[in-house]
Amino acid sequence: MDIHEYQAKEILSSFGVQVPRGGLAYSPEQAAYRAREIGGNKWIVKAQVHTGGRGKAGGIRVCTDENQVEEEAGDLFGKRLVTNQTGPEGKVIYRVYVEGGVAIQSELYLGFVLDRKSERVMLVASASGGMEIEEISAKKPETIVRCSIEPAVGMQEFQAREVAFQLGLAPALIQQAASTMMGSYKAFKELDATMLEINPLVITEENEIFALDAKMTFDDNALFRHLEISELRDKSQEDPRETQAADRGLNYVGLEGDIGCIVNGAGLAMATMDTIKLAGGEPSNFLDIGGGATPKRVAQAFRLVMSDKNVKAVLVNIFAGINRCDWVAQGIIEAIEKEPLDVPLIVRLAGTNVDEGRKILAESGLSIIHATTLAEAAQRAVTASQNSAKHNVRLVAS
Amino acid sequence: MSILINKDTKVLVQGITGKIGNFHTEEMIEYGTNIVGGVTPGKGGETTHGVPVFNTVKEAVEATGAEASIVMVPPPFAADSIMEAADGRIEFCVAITDGIPAQDMIRVKRYMRRYPREKRMRLTGPNCAGTITPGEALLGIMPGHIYTPGKVGIVGRSGTLGYEAASQMSALGIGVSTSVGIGGDPINGSSFRDILQLFEEDPGTEAVVMIGEIGGPQEAEAAEFVRDHMSKPVIVYIAGLTAPKGKTMGHAGAIISAFGESASEKVEILRDVGAAIAESPSDIGNTVERVLKAA
Repeated sequence: MDIHEYQAKEILSSFGVQVPRGGLAYSPEQAAYRAREIGGNKWIVKAQVHTGGRGKAGGIRVCTDENQVEEEAGDLFGKRLVTNQTGPEGKVIYRVYVEGGVAIQSELYLGFVLDRKSERVMLVASASGGMEIEEISAKKPETIVRCSIEPAVGMQEFQAREVAFQLGLAPALIQQAASTMMGSYKAFKELDATMLEINPLVITEENEIFALDAKMTFDDNALFRHLEISELRDKSQEDPRETQAADRGLNYVGLEGDIGCIVNGAGLAMATMDTIKLAGGEPSNFLDIGGGATPKRVAQAFRLVMSDKNVKAVLVNIFAGINRCDWVAQGIIEAIEKEPLDVPLIVRLAGTNVDEGRKILAESGLSIIHATTLAEAAQRAVTASQNSAKHNVRLVAS
Repeated sequence: MSILINKDTKVLVQGITGKIGNFHTEEMIEYGTNIVGGVTPGKGGETTHGVPVFNTVKEAVEATGAEASIVMVPPPFAADSIMEAADGRIEFCVAITDGIPAQDMIRVKRYMRRYPREKRMRLTGPNCAGTITPGEALLGIMPGHIYTPGKVGIVGRSGTLGYEAASQMSALGIGVSTSVGIGGDPINGSSFRDILQLFEEDPGTEAVVMIGEIGGPQEAEAAEFVRDHMSKPVIVYIAGLTAPKGKTMGHAGAIISAFGESASEKVEILRDVGAAIAESPSDIGNTVERVLKAA
């Protein structure tokens, strides 16, 4: 789960990381009021959206008087910010964060990740902050400092100091930098984060260290023990179909194509998408309906897939293990009887009770296109989607 | 021959009295697995499915001589159960539970290192379908009837995609020595490399099917092992050709976040070390057949 910059800064600040003075606003008037509260003569108005690359996309505005803060905030609210990470649909701006400007001497990068290779938390830092970490590792790999953290005892002060010295910081800054790292690590560890990024971490002209931007991602599997983090979830920043799916225990990812997929199991769902692609089509989604494909679940899956107006055919691929194909077949029929489909439906069943399942579908009178293998199912789905563009096939019980 | 389990392996079910544990214990016993007991704290002394329930793994091991365990405990308590198994001298543990926090798994892996390598429990999963030696023993939740006994090993992250491969092979008359699920989580007990090594050493296995997916470094590590140590042919399919970058595709570990983690990059790395690539998931069976004929 992702959170906003201002939320990450609040968290980090409670762990002893210094952040510039700032305040959240839901309207241009609030933004101007925040600027007055903060004081000074330079403010940064920052769009609060769950994505990186906001600066380049025009989501960060530097202002020198309160009227300008109000104007720039007014321009940002309601806008769809399209960055190099959001995809063409972008993310809508509903909140802005107003922050006091700081005089920057230099910019660093500080991040923590779960390193899958060492199976430990890893600190990654660089003296070349301000650009994305991918860019740093491409252009200035020699500036990257890594530090692996022993899980049994956690990060130690000496490790933080070592990193600070490796970054080439002045002796007077070492202690401050070390406590920034220790605080960030504690936040990461205690709150079950999977990613924490402070970029840039700046040294000001007054020789103070501030987190100028902050990003945190949390482990969805650990949210059960962090109610305070769950409450930070902002559904306006998620794909509404993914939110709807997640709330129903389904796993959905929207894609660009026109063949809807309903599959049990994440691996088989990815494989089904791949087969469609190899057959010359494009999947409209990833959808794993999980082990217990009850009629209710199947019906929800159909509704979700069909909420994408690009869908020209639906492919159901179920390999029943714990499941039984006859139950799944029953689920498909119940779902369609309630809400008829207006695109062709291709069904491939395999595994436990497959013959019973196929029989139930055949006897239902629904014009379902059957397939026995994965390749056949994908081929038929691609053909059907091409035909469906021409004829509007309506699938109803006869 | 087989790896990890056979018909004599004595098995404990951790979480045997829970809804899921209860259901799958019956299925495993029906398949012929030698289930000797279960563990549910507070229910020691009871009997279920004809086997005794114990309060702790240590008691259970002492009383039954159990060598393996299967963990079907809810996510908040599963890491604790895995560590209890490791401390209770269980040799092989299958963790089925989906949804264990990643930092709990880091702790589990660290805890297991307190035992020297030769005494260390072997863990597979979490978030896996389990391990099966067809015709002998099933330690998992997969449908046993789709597997035919034979000489090809299977190792994969995904459950249903593993079923797909096994059933394609069965349809062509190709049997399986052992099929091992390593699970879809970012931090897991055994890697592809670990299981490939067991298959390489098993005289009953002639070839191995490896089913990978996007995310993480384990397929690339497996490629190094294939290049340097495998004498047996390896057939590979990697799922997620169409998966977008930065999105979690169902499995917590199935996310492309770094260079070398996409399906096409993994395919190229494995092709380079001489693995036979199934381009499409529907070609897994055919590719195995072709490789076996050529061998």
